Amino acid sequence: MSHPYAIGAVIVVALATVLIGALGLRISRTTSDFYVASRTVNARLNGAAISGEYLSAASFLGIAGLILAHGVDMLWYPLGYTAGFLVLLLFVAAPLRRSGAYTVPDFAEARLESLAVRRTAGALVAGIGWLYLLPQLQGAGLTLQTVTGAPRWVGGVVVALVVTANVTAGGMRSITFVQAFQYWLKLTALLVPLLFLGFAWHSDGSPGADAARPVFHRSTVVRTDTAVRIAIGTPERVTVSGTVDGRTYAAAPLALAPGIHALDTATTLDFPPGAEVPAKADDPTGSAWGRPLSDRTQPHPLYTVYGLILATFLGAMGLPHVVVRFYTSPQGRAARRTTLVVLGLLGVFYLLPSLYGALARIYAPDLVLTGDTDVAVLVLPERLVGGTGGALLGALLAGGAFAAFLSTCSGLAVSVAGVLHQDVLPPMGIRGFRRAAVLAVATPTVCTLVAVGLPVADAVGLAFAVAASSLCPLLVLGIWWPRLTPPGAIAGALTGGGTALAAALLTMADVFPNGWPHVLLAWPAVWSVPLGFLVMVAVSLATPGRIPPGTAVVLARLHLPETVAATPARGDVG
Amino acid sequence: MVQLLTLLAGVPLGAGAHWVLARRSRRERNRGTDVELATFRTLHTASLAAPPLRAGLTEDTARKAVRRLRPLLGTPAMCLTDEHTMLAWDGAGEHHRPEVMSKAAQVLASGRPQLVEVGCPDPSCPVRWAAVAPLKVDGRVLGTLAAYGPEDSPVLVRATGEVARWAAVQLELAELDRSRRDLIEAEIRTLRAQISPHFVFNSLAAIASFVRTDPDRARELLLEFAEFTRYSFRRHGDFTTLADELRSIDQYLNLVRARFGDRLEVALRVAPEVLPVALPFLCLQPLVENAVKHGIEGRPERGRITIGADDAGAEARVVIEDDGVGMEADRLRAILRGEGGPSHGIGLGNVDERLRRVYGDEYGLVIETGVEAGMKITVRIPKYHPGVRISPPPAPRA
Repeated sequence: MSHPYAIGAVIVVALATVLIGALGLRISRTTSDFYVASRTVNARLNGAAISGEYLSAASFLGIAGLILAHGVDMLWYPLGYTAGFLVLLLFVAAPLRRSGAYTVPDFAEARLESLAVRRTAGALVAGIGWLYLLPQLQGAGLTLQTVTGAPRWVGGVVVALVVTANVTAGGMRSITFVQAFQYWLKLTALLVPLLFLGFAWHSDGSPGADAARPVFHRSTVVRTDTAVRIAIGTPERVTVSGTVDGRTYAAAPLALAPGIHALDTATTLDFPPGAEVPAKADDPTGSAWGRPLSDRTQPHPLYTVYGLILATFLGAMGLPHVVVRFYTSPQGRAARRTTLVVLGLLGVFYLLPSLYGALARIYAPDLVLTGDTDVAVLVLPERLVGGTGGALLGALLAGGAFAAFLSTCSGLAVSVAGVLHQDVLPPMGIRGFRRAAVLAVATPTVCTLVAVGLPVADAVGLAFAVAASSLCPLLVLGIWWPRLTPPGAIAGALTGGGTALAAALLTMADVFPNGWPHVLLAWPAVWSVPLGFLVMVAVSLATPGRIPPGTAVVLARLHLPETVAATPARGDVG
Repeated sequence: MVQLLTLLAGVPLGAGAHWVLARRSRRERNRGTDVELATFRTLHTASLAAPPLRAGLTEDTARKAVRRLRPLLGTPAMCLTDEHTMLAWDGAGEHHRPEVMSKAAQVLASGRPQLVEVGCPDPSCPVRWAAVAPLKVDGRVLGTLAAYGPEDSPVLVRATGEVARWAAVQLELAELDRSRRDLIEAEIRTLRAQISPHFVFNSLAAIASFVRTDPDRARELLLEFAEFTRYSFRRHGDFTTLADELRSIDQYLNLVRARFGDRLEVALRVAPEVLPVALPFLCLQPLVENAVKHGIEGRPERGRITIGADDAGAEARVVIEDDGVGMEADRLRAILRGEGGPSHGIGLGNVDERLRRVYGDEYGLVIETGVEAGMKITVRIPKYHPGVRISPPPAPRA
């Protein structure tokens, strides 16, 4: 599906991002504008900016793909991504803003008066940022491949280059406006095509996901990346290149009888129009797809769901680019109001990918076959609407997807670069930040070139799990527990984050392909989050002498309204 | 798979065991003589007691210090007092706590070490005699150190006296730390910029010129003036937000414009992300005042001032630029050293000094200028710096 429209849309989005970033703030020549300029960012703008930065490729493409492949259990993803902000609102947002800290390492230093904790938090932030950047770049590669047919690595490199150039050139000066714009762009890019898809679906007779098998509307080529077994319902005549049921064909016609057929790697099947779409042999079919905990590709669905819930609910607060935005709020109350806005905006947005997932289930189940479920959102307009209209809608979706990659990558790159610049690399002044930005983007880019294959939303889930088991205990206990000590904080964050990260790496390396070990490692949050909290509390209790002397003052500042907490700020430390 | 895991777990364990063993055998080889070992041990114990004492004499620090000091003398009990109360007791015989102050009173008064008989009805109690030594700082007795033993020995008195003297030196250092901190704070406070008397005079004169021709404008300007002075005269807190500072600069520029009319052109570009950043109170206003002075005063043509604030990663960057007469590099250097004379740029040197004190030397002003080439001043402000906190405005007055 190579379409000039889509390439145009991607270029337009990239240009708009750069231009708003560079020019967005050339406001005011006269005095009256002085007030406009010196007014702080209001909750609505800041909320849109946070949402824009937060809605990544995982939200835009990944969720629909997961729902298509694994059924309704995956609705926990959008729910968890949103609920993460509820937890943030309840426990963290306002106190964090009142602390005056700008990043999690800043908070760690302010709260625990220890440089060692600061460094630990910095290393964790960089690690989580990289883990999160990986799937973004992968998603970009996938999108560009779907849209233009370019090799998989091109998209990631393009996004990495645009983001690096933008950040190092100081183009993210008005990052709040850029990110707010990206939110509305992403929402539009999903909403408008969905309306058309909805009409098309309605005029198609509103088929349900458990209805009879869908048929290909036009001649369609299915290409397998791995060996799969497919179930064929009615006899079909197809053109095959590759191996089917152990026999090799070279662009030869073949009649597929009803039943199970085994396809080898890199086999292409060319289905004629009107042919029934084949299904994966072990795929949950029909009504099973719509029932909770029915996914047979995951061995322990209930455990998986709990792992997902814990990771996403608690992980959001540990994402480096999320916490940074709260600094822009003038006070704790404004921070809380901003979070409320974010909850609303995310809630609206996340209605859409789920609908795409359901539509893809009806009209593009062959994607499950090839494993390319992440492109479900992108191919739907072509399948349902077709023609120039479909191409235009597809272009809008591709543009929205690129907005997702660019906004999330920019936010992450800035945060990770800030940490590298301040806490890791030797001081080099302004130029140091640029070098740090290059390093911040280059590391995950190289990783995407080496490692492939993890579904976008899965990899994001792992980043969430690491954040939930390391930075979440640090923030929550730091804000609410006066007996936290620096050794406790370091031990807990490293144990929780370290085990979750090790689990993520083992999963990526595919050391345990199945069984309980695989499930435990793929969804580490269930055990790593409590482990992080436990170690942090236990070590803190074992080192009561190390409670920082300024704890009472800092906690008072975190929890009292700004006007009240003003007086005891000084003294008491010596 | 299991083998791989065992291997993974085994490697660090093996390495750790090897390290411990190697260390132990090395230690046994270089033991040193007994005297050397005793010296090391004493010095180590003393160094452990130093940090709490360096933080001053309080109940908390005394408790930690006395725990470290008692092994130095090897006495069954030890206690620390300040001038009025007993701070901490370590070791046996805690039932003697109430009588500590009565025994210490004489030492507090005389400032000389003393051996006192305690006497105890309990025959098993090791607390019979006390060697009480004063903690003298600058000739003043801040407290006492008492070591208790079963018999009266002159060695105990002498050893206690030496330990007390060592502890007193640490307390002296603590005092020094505190006064150094006070001094820096006092200096920062005196360095707080003040409105120049010229500005007050010029503003009032400019307002006066509007009183007949445009009373409304005069009233507005007077209100601006009141607001501006209220901000500048406020006494609480050393830090403010960039937003507040910019607001005050706006008021300042309105007053200046009343005097110069169209001759002053101001362009402003502020990234809203950096508005909540904390910065030293009144550290930008003097720079703008300087720009006004060099940009238009003493020149017949129009002057232009550009003020920009940008988000630069972990810091905010504020740039104040004018297109005025500029300055020679040598003169600028003299002004920054504080030798420029009262009429010129007290503000620049003062702001530079304050920024360096608060954030460190690498955060001083960066000034680019040349004769007839205008002047560009760049201020870098870390968004977060330990100890820098905004003091919120006082509750509005009724």
